[in-house]
Amino acid sequence: MPLLEAAGISKIFGKLTALDGAALTVGENEFHGLIGPNGSGKSTLMKCIAGAEVPTQGKVSFVNTDITAFTPTERARAGMSLKFQITSVLPSLTLYDNILLALQAQSSLLDLVFSRTRGALHDQVMTMLTQFRLADRAFDAAAALSHGQQQWLEIAMALAGKPKLLLLDEPTGGMSLEERRVTGELLQPIKQHCSLVIVEHDLDFIRDICDRLTVLDQGKVLASGTVPEIQANPSVQEIYLRRA
Amino acid sequence: MPKSMGAVKQAIPAEIGGGTDLAMAERVATAQAVAGRKILPIVEGVVLVAALVAPLLLQDYLTVFATRVIILALFALSFDLVWGYAGIMSFGQALFFGSAGYGVALLARDFDITNIFLVLPAGTLIGLTFALLLGGFLLLGRHPSSVIFVSLGTLTGSYAADRLARGWYYLGGQNGIPSIAPMTAGAYEFSEGPAFYYLVLGILVVVYLLCRFLVRSQFGLALAGLRENEQRIAFFGYKAQHLKAIIFAIGGAIAGLAGSLYAFHEGFVWPNMVGVVVSTQVVLYVLFGGSGTLIGAVIGTVIVEGVSFWLSDNYRDIWPIILGLLLLLVILFRPLGLISFVLGERERVGSFGAKEKRNAAP
Repeated sequence: MPLLEAAGISKIFGKLTALDGAALTVGENEFHGLIGPNGSGKSTLMKCIAGAEVPTQGKVSFVNTDITAFTPTERARAGMSLKFQITSVLPSLTLYDNILLALQAQSSLLDLVFSRTRGALHDQVMTMLTQFRLADRAFDAAAALSHGQQQWLEIAMALAGKPKLLLLDEPTGGMSLEERRVTGELLQPIKQHCSLVIVEHDLDFIRDICDRLTVLDQGKVLASGTVPEIQANPSVQEIYLRRA
Repeated sequence: MPKSMGAVKQAIPAEIGGGTDLAMAERVATAQAVAGRKILPIVEGVVLVAALVAPLLLQDYLTVFATRVIILALFALSFDLVWGYAGIMSFGQALFFGSAGYGVALLARDFDITNIFLVLPAGTLIGLTFALLLGGFLLLGRHPSSVIFVSLGTLTGSYAADRLARGWYYLGGQNGIPSIAPMTAGAYEFSEGPAFYYLVLGILVVVYLLCRFLVRSQFGLALAGLRENEQRIAFFGYKAQHLKAIIFAIGGAIAGLAGSLYAFHEGFVWPNMVGVVVSTQVVLYVLFGGSGTLIGAVIGTVIVEGVSFWLSDNYRDIWPIILGLLLLLVILFRPLGLISFVLGERERVGSFGAKEKRNAAP
């Protein structure tokens, strides 16, 4: 049984059909890349899975539960996490507090009011920051970070709740080559406990870290398979040639 | 401009730490955080001392005025929690203040209940109940409600209460309820003057400390997240709307407590007390002093009320214009309020893992 199964997803905005019966299946501990030309519906499919958009048609199952009608909060509590395309770290808070905010999301109200989990979460906060090479900036405001570092912080925040599935929308957008390389390194270890769906324009990056790929074109799935299969697929080559 | 300056300053400890010596970096950052946290307690201390000695220095009629200001400061705290900390734009905070005032006035008029240990909890409960009802309706939809919806909803609630009070004979109509009997504790009657002043000051200090505890807790961190990016924290798994409803209800309760004290101190209640004018007034106190800091709400109330009092004495005809211009200047040039003259951005937002930082540093 796959971890995530989205089937027959359509999303219509007024006259625009962004998704037309798209599907996505992700297994446990699988890194799955979602690629396609601009406007092919990658981000919309991500949003339908994460709960930021409600699909016009179709069904999303996660860990054998139909979550199509779940709110983002309910999806997060079921073990799904999203990193937005636009970085949305909380700029005036310190890095430490950004991570703590993510970690304490499921603490009870009384625990929050009496700060009962603050001590217990300290080590986890520092571990996350160290893992993402941000520990020396722990008590700076997030606004003081470079763009790439903000992306890492955001990934760390998305991982803080120990999700079963992490959705990354363009994690390397605006990053330097070196930062992209480091991002790949930072993502590798999470494979042991987490699956990943990743939307990305940088095909080299996708090729390096993903197990399987799904190619979208005009809201439909053009192809889905392992990286070598997709690379050998003539129709995929065609749309990328067409674009170039 | 100030933001980028802050960024430069904040980048310094990272360089000292060199990125490798984590303990060192942590110590530096801790030292900076501790050093940066010193201004707020000083401001709080100065305000407290000034408030404690005020009745000794002021003439009697000014002590009465000061008591009223302290009660309004308590009311301002309620709005600051809701707006300054949770980012809920409540344009109808007077609804909870005034309904509690009317409630205790009716208790005194129709049931002869004036005991402080009954009327203050009753007023608090009235504020809480109204805030739960209105907040539940405005904030607890399946999807997050927009700022406009909440601000118009609260404004309408306050306006409707004002009209209702004006038209309802039982509530005294336009005239409100005059000559409320004094609040009592056994045989003792609280009349205007130093005793009433120290009573409300004591209540303000207790409520202030409770709020301070709350906004510095992990719950306060969740509120900061709510204020800055509600959608983001919902994706972490926070029940963002519940958090909002809870803080809105707490704000309502504090406004209710303030309203019941106000009713007994003034000796009468009237429709304005639930209406738009008082709702707006509290917004101005908090914006003027500095929203998102508790002491800013208190200082804002004291200054706005103090300046109005002084201006109205000295410039009988044009004082509202002068006051309006002053307020406008502050909002234009000091959007974070007067407190931002002494308080930096970092300290205003605060740190929530601060205690652990200190323990962790060897």
